[in-house]
Amino acid sequence: MSARFTWAQAAVALAIAAFLFAFLIWPVMTVIWVAFADRAGGLTLSHFGAFFQITLMRESFANSLYVAGMTVIVTSLIAVPLSYFTVRFRFRGAALIQTLGVLPLIMPAFVGASAMQLLFGRSGSVNLLLMDAFGISIPIMEGLNGVIFVESLHYFPFILLNLSVALANIDTSMEEAAQNLGASGWRLFRRVVFPLALPGYIAGASLVFIKVFDDLGTPLVLNVTNMLAPQAYLRVTSIGIEDPIGYVICVFLVVFSVAAMAGSAWFLKGRDFATLQRGGAAGLRRRLSPWQAALAYGWIALLLLLVLSPHLGLLLLSLSRVWSYSVLPDAYTLENYATVFRDATGMMVNTLLYCGGAALLDVIIGTAIAYLVLRTGVPGRQWLDHMATVALAMPGVVLGIGYLRSFRDVDLPLGMGPLTGSALIFILAYAIRRLPYALRSCNAALAQVHLSLEEAAQNLGASRGRTIVRVVVPMMMGGILAGFVTSFITAAGEISETILLTSRESLAPMSYGIYLYMQSIAGRGPGAALGVLAVVLVGLGTYLSHRLVASRQASLERR
Amino acid sequence: MAEPVGVEVRDVSLAFGELTVLDRIDLKVAPGEFFALLGPSGCGKSTLLRLIAGFNRARSGQVLVDGVDIGEVLPWKRNIGMVFQNYALWPHMSVARNVAFGLEERRLPRAAVRRGVDAALALVGLADLAGRRPGQLSGGQQQRVALARTLAMEPRVLLLDEPLSNLDAKLRHHMRRELVALQRRLGITTLFVTHDQEEALTTADRIAVMEGGRIVQAGTPMQLFDAPESRFVAEFIGAINLLPGTLSRASGGSLRFRGPTGEFGLPPLPALTDSGTVTLAFRPHTVTAVRPDAAAGAGRIWIEARISEREFLGEYVRYRALAGGVELVADIAHRAGDPGFAGGAAVKLGIDTSAITALRA
Repeated sequence: MSARFTWAQAAVALAIAAFLFAFLIWPVMTVIWVAFADRAGGLTLSHFGAFFQITLMRESFANSLYVAGMTVIVTSLIAVPLSYFTVRFRFRGAALIQTLGVLPLIMPAFVGASAMQLLFGRSGSVNLLLMDAFGISIPIMEGLNGVIFVESLHYFPFILLNLSVALANIDTSMEEAAQNLGASGWRLFRRVVFPLALPGYIAGASLVFIKVFDDLGTPLVLNVTNMLAPQAYLRVTSIGIEDPIGYVICVFLVVFSVAAMAGSAWFLKGRDFATLQRGGAAGLRRRLSPWQAALAYGWIALLLLLVLSPHLGLLLLSLSRVWSYSVLPDAYTLENYATVFRDATGMMVNTLLYCGGAALLDVIIGTAIAYLVLRTGVPGRQWLDHMATVALAMPGVVLGIGYLRSFRDVDLPLGMGPLTGSALIFILAYAIRRLPYALRSCNAALAQVHLSLEEAAQNLGASRGRTIVRVVVPMMMGGILAGFVTSFITAAGEISETILLTSRESLAPMSYGIYLYMQSIAGRGPGAALGVLAVVLVGLGTYLSHRLVASRQASLERR
Repeated sequence: MAEPVGVEVRDVSLAFGELTVLDRIDLKVAPGEFFALLGPSGCGKSTLLRLIAGFNRARSGQVLVDGVDIGEVLPWKRNIGMVFQNYALWPHMSVARNVAFGLEERRLPRAAVRRGVDAALALVGLADLAGRRPGQLSGGQQQRVALARTLAMEPRVLLLDEPLSNLDAKLRHHMRRELVALQRRLGITTLFVTHDQEEALTTADRIAVMEGGRIVQAGTPMQLFDAPESRFVAEFIGAINLLPGTLSRASGGSLRFRGPTGEFGLPPLPALTDSGTVTLAFRPHTVTAVRPDAAAGAGRIWIEARISEREFLGEYVRYRALAGGVELVADIAHRAGDPGFAGGAAVKLGIDTSAITALRA
């Protein structure tokens, strides 16, 4: 491609840059600035000093690191053997296990947390049974344990999926060479297989660390407040938007997020990892010996039960009239659903509006950036891509606080009130953090559209704009749709920004409603019902879009 | 190095699902022999090699090394070294770590591992690259590292899976000679899989030609070249002319052949006593070409033909000539200053009767 570009393209690039600056860079910079600014507007580290003076803050800091670290360890213990067995051995349930990877997309961790409390808590079903049978109880939901447990069950698929792809890409001859030289079993895994799959593992593990470190919803629902994200929220909402400690916490959240991502990128950079090579034998799966198979199946069945427990628990909870101090609910009812439909339809509408709007914005900007980067010579176009990707490392809490602070005095035109008290702020906040996902989809989709298809259109008299409308976008539609759905689903489950930005109940989306209901014992039933509805909504959307994408793909290939 | 051992494959069959990949294979490799498995892709040669290494299981039959059935021995307990087609060097380890791997798996003391690594790398002439990563090496160097990694184990048998196929032509010829020299020096029993007949002819003591999961013929390179027993072997190894026709026995025991190029008498041919449908096979270099008016010498069968194509290959000129609707190929040695025959020229082709093989059907 020539380096030429049109002024229209440059104008679009400029507009996107301005948008990203206003709603991503500026709020984050503001947060960081406040953490380092003294009253007179000079630079200072005194807020950090103050932070470490407070016992609760030091404790929260340690707790957040501990919970994130432990979750990585627990998820690894679950996911590493699971992916190794399913990828490398003949295994009946392999497809089922890989499907588990979609579950966290469908239901955010905080939604199932209350149900987990009822199943595994001190007086939950499991402990009641254990008490009866053996006189013991397992404190798995106590304090930080509960957060680790819930987050682990929720996030292990990140490692499972990434590692499985990496394992499947290893040339089998790499392993056979090791066997040929005398290695087997655990040593084969430790010395050859795992090191070769390390990129996948690191990618998954760093993602788990970031997600857990930044999570606000799960600790709050489990009533654990001595962690960083909950403290940031509490400081800003209870002490006030001026309190610098909340901003100091935000700086830590950003630093750890960026460090985890940069660390994994640095770790993988310049390393030569084996992928499928020419001449490699297609992966023949090994057979498990009978006792290995029994062990593996038993263990996976147990795991499956654990992974599904938040979902089953939520369903039970939503159907229960009373459920406390008993193994199963004492009485069943549909009352909770009636309550939700009576009181929370506004929230459902809000969710559809915010998430639909955000997803739409994402695919429009994503398509534009992809086109600018791949098809034009606009100077600095790569920076749009980099800037949008930065959002990946920005914790929701930080962006939420950044929005509240940066836009506190911004009013919408035509007397529609303050920006931070409008539906628009949700759409913007959701769109910015999901933009990287949508952008990736759009990029991949555009990369697959061969340039000659566009040139053919232009050769037949279509202008650049007409070509985009009539050829490029239709060809990209599968990827755009996938991007839309990913954005929509993840936005629907978003809680950190949501909690911070919800200024009054009429603006609240479903995720906030679930969170709010779960705060009280009486609200758990309706909260669970709302959660089930959200899961159904999201699940249905995913299914429909898969169908749509699949049929489009099929019709494109037929042609 | 320990005494070389023999490898024997007895009546081995193997199938992947419904697909039969090896069909009643019998094979005997003598101790110290350099043995090639030659055949087109999909003929089962690599599968047979992997079976010996333990990565495939036979449905029936036995594999014996040094007279002992190893069918139940796990791959990592066999000490049969295999060099993979793509070398399978681990990118996360240095060259030295790669070569040390097997010795470490044997739980040898550190000093012994070091000695083994140094010796193996010296053997392939890469002692100074020990600290490099595989990705920093050229294809030829990677190949040597893979070889060193295997040889460091002092395996009882060496298996090479298309060892030269990933190298460019020049390097391939060089590595081929080096491989032979190394094998001779170490005296290790070696099985070598290739689809390249030239590679097999130049390196192996003996060759087994495989087709469709069977061994169709085994023998020394010269036996296979001079006396192919089937059309497949004849065509797979070297260039060959095939002349289909019928054979009849005249009174007095002399043979007459009737084919597309006419009828002529043949001297008694080995392995051919019956009359019936046959295909005569003879190599292009056993054919000579003269002007149509030249005297027909004895010891040859003369066929009138017309040159349709010529290729100058340096040492000789390869002529394609049409005779009775059949294309025959003749390689005529080139002498400086001799322009040879032009395309379209009428010639008389003389086939050396002593070099003719008759193939059934």
